Amino acid sequence: MSAHTTDNGYKEMARLAIEKHGTSPDALIPILLEVNQEYGYIPVKALTEIKKHLNAPVGDRLIQEGHLFSLASFYHMLSLKARGRHIVLFCESAPCHVTGGRAVWQALQEQLSLSAGETSPDGKWSLVTTSCLGACGVGPVVVIDEDMYGNVTPERLPEILSRYE
Amino acid sequence: MMEVKVINKRALVLVSDDSESRRLGSQELLQALRTEIDRCGLANEVDLNTIVDVGAKNLLPLVIIYPEAVVYGPVHPADAGRIVKEHLSQGRVIEEMIVPKHQLTGRIAWLAARSGALPAAQRIVLERAGRIDPESIEDYIIYDGYQALTKALTQMTPAQVIEELTISGLQGRGGAGFPTGKKWEIVASTSGSKKYVICNADESEPGTYKDRVILESDPHSIVEAMALAAYAIGADEGFIYIRGEYQLAQQRFQKAIEQAQALGLLGEHILGTDFSFHLHIHSGAGAYVCGEETALIESIEGKRGEPRSRPPYPTTHGLWGCPTLVNNVETLANVPPILRRSGEWYKKFGTPSSPGTKVYTIFGNVNLTGVFEVPMGITLREAISIYAKGMKNGAAFKLAQTGGSSGSLIPASLQDTPLDFAATRKAGVSLGSGALLIADENTCVVDLVKVLLNFFRFESCGKCTPCRIGTQRSYEILTRITQGQAELDALDELLKLADQMVRLSNCGLGQTAAVPIRDMLKHFRTEVEAHIQLGVCPTGVCPMRVEAPAAEEMQPLASA
Repeated sequence: MSAHTTDNGYKEMARLAIEKHGTSPDALIPILLEVNQEYGYIPVKALTEIKKHLNAPVGDRLIQEGHLFSLASFYHMLSLKARGRHIVLFCESAPCHVTGGRAVWQALQEQLSLSAGETSPDGKWSLVTTSCLGACGVGPVVVIDEDMYGNVTPERLPEILSRYE
Repeated sequence: MMEVKVINKRALVLVSDDSESRRLGSQELLQALRTEIDRCGLANEVDLNTIVDVGAKNLLPLVIIYPEAVVYGPVHPADAGRIVKEHLSQGRVIEEMIVPKHQLTGRIAWLAARSGALPAAQRIVLERAGRIDPESIEDYIIYDGYQALTKALTQMTPAQVIEELTISGLQGRGGAGFPTGKKWEIVASTSGSKKYVICNADESEPGTYKDRVILESDPHSIVEAMALAAYAIGADEGFIYIRGEYQLAQQRFQKAIEQAQALGLLGEHILGTDFSFHLHIHSGAGAYVCGEETALIESIEGKRGEPRSRPPYPTTHGLWGCPTLVNNVETLANVPPILRRSGEWYKKFGTPSSPGTKVYTIFGNVNLTGVFEVPMGITLREAISIYAKGMKNGAAFKLAQTGGSSGSLIPASLQDTPLDFAATRKAGVSLGSGALLIADENTCVVDLVKVLLNFFRFESCGKCTPCRIGTQRSYEILTRITQGQAELDALDELLKLADQMVRLSNCGLGQTAAVPIRDMLKHFRTEVEAHIQLGVCPTGVCPMRVEAPAAEEMQPLASA
């Protein structure tokens, strides 16, 4: 991912995402997802650029920046806060809970020295809780970036975490 | 994504192993059968297992053999050799050892009536799962793919397609169980030049991943079903809303669409007829409430996924205000087989009030977790002892939770209720989405319900007050109970909140958030009261003291 956190970078990113998904209302969430994936979160400046681009060819409607904010704050996969290099998702739904999830959650917080929603000072980790990820056959489940780990135990955690730079 | 290992053997032998059977030598019989199976070299083909509490007293020990669903009894250890040699090895049913049907009692007679029903023999939805390359349209076509679409477009009118579905008795598999044929008919009869078909693949019920399995293993079946639906209701455009976390399902579905377009099975003038259909994928962005159909439509329209007020329903005012058909993935997966064969054929499976099969996911404190498809009407006891191979570490079964919204807590006393829409409704429980969370005796019901409410308060969209505040307050009260800080009147407060959530919430999320609370107080009140009055958690799970706030669960998204 080579998105640049400069004014021109945001502009370019917004242009590319809109080019790919179009300007119709049903393209809004795909555009935001694209930006989120590129930066790991949605920088406010990128939101402004998206708004500008969407409204550029004067159409019959106007997208408010507030509307984009309301979307970005509603959907869990979108984040307005900067996140760490690696995002650790912990499933805290009932299926993982009854199969030992509580102990894993405690261990995860201790080993990362983070609580839910926090990012480590060195910008390496973000710890995020999530609802069911649909892998309940192998609970408790922890997802780091794109990698899913099933049947996780507190003992396995150090080895799993050590795989990430 | 990890694969769950599916044990798929040619035959399943069940030996009754309750205390009465044991007294009559079932353990010796089991040993003898195992020896014989090994001797004939069938160990890799035959699965041997036990079943408890079969109900028939004078016929024990019973031996039930699938897929033929033959019941032998009483069987002595000396008969083991004959059964293995004649039935399992040579495939000959031993007529004189069969128990006459009228002698079978209750559950077992029911079991035998569902001939050929176990374990993988009854696949309709998952017929091709694991057998074809999901990324190959050729594989799909070889296994009867796109036959139903061809048949419908060339030989049937839209009305006949709907008629066939109505005959089949197919009910929506998303949880509510609304008759599918009727829904299609409503949309078809609504006038409007533009209509939409939407497949709801925003599968977020905790514990449910059947739709993911269907989409990942057989995406073309959904493409075909959506085209059929569009033909039947007169639509030319469709969306499939796949949750954002299901990346593989999205990739495979995208490929399926491209392949179907290349062969002229999607697009303009499909198969040379006047029928055109365009299909798009819309990715979710992480919101449980978008599984609610009006919230899903809002989300496609580029808004926050907040459910609309109903009526009007999507069938008349859906996407962009047009008549819209919204069906669950599993419901749609049933459509091509029904149209390929017939509605009458489909009715042969399951129970009279709920025909067909159901895909369940089973997990929790059991030995084997995974997905299985069985005729409607199996009981929880069967699901646990046959499909999940019993409870882990031999622990006792305490309760099952049938998955997220519209599910409920099923205590051990109700585990013999057939799992179909009508019977579960009668027993006051609900099938939900087909997720079976099996919890053993070491699970604290208060702790479990607290986790469920934490889910609901996190996922509540916040549009209506009863749900937004109700789920939050209920969670707080439950937390206090687990900390030993609650008084007895907290339970009245919980019931009051539950009542308000059911009656005043705008959509199913708030309404069903109350279900686990009510079920907990209905079936496990003594356990809850022990927390409050005795200050003990009977299972030792709850802390029963106030812990440091740092270790607490996640904060709700809104800073409420």
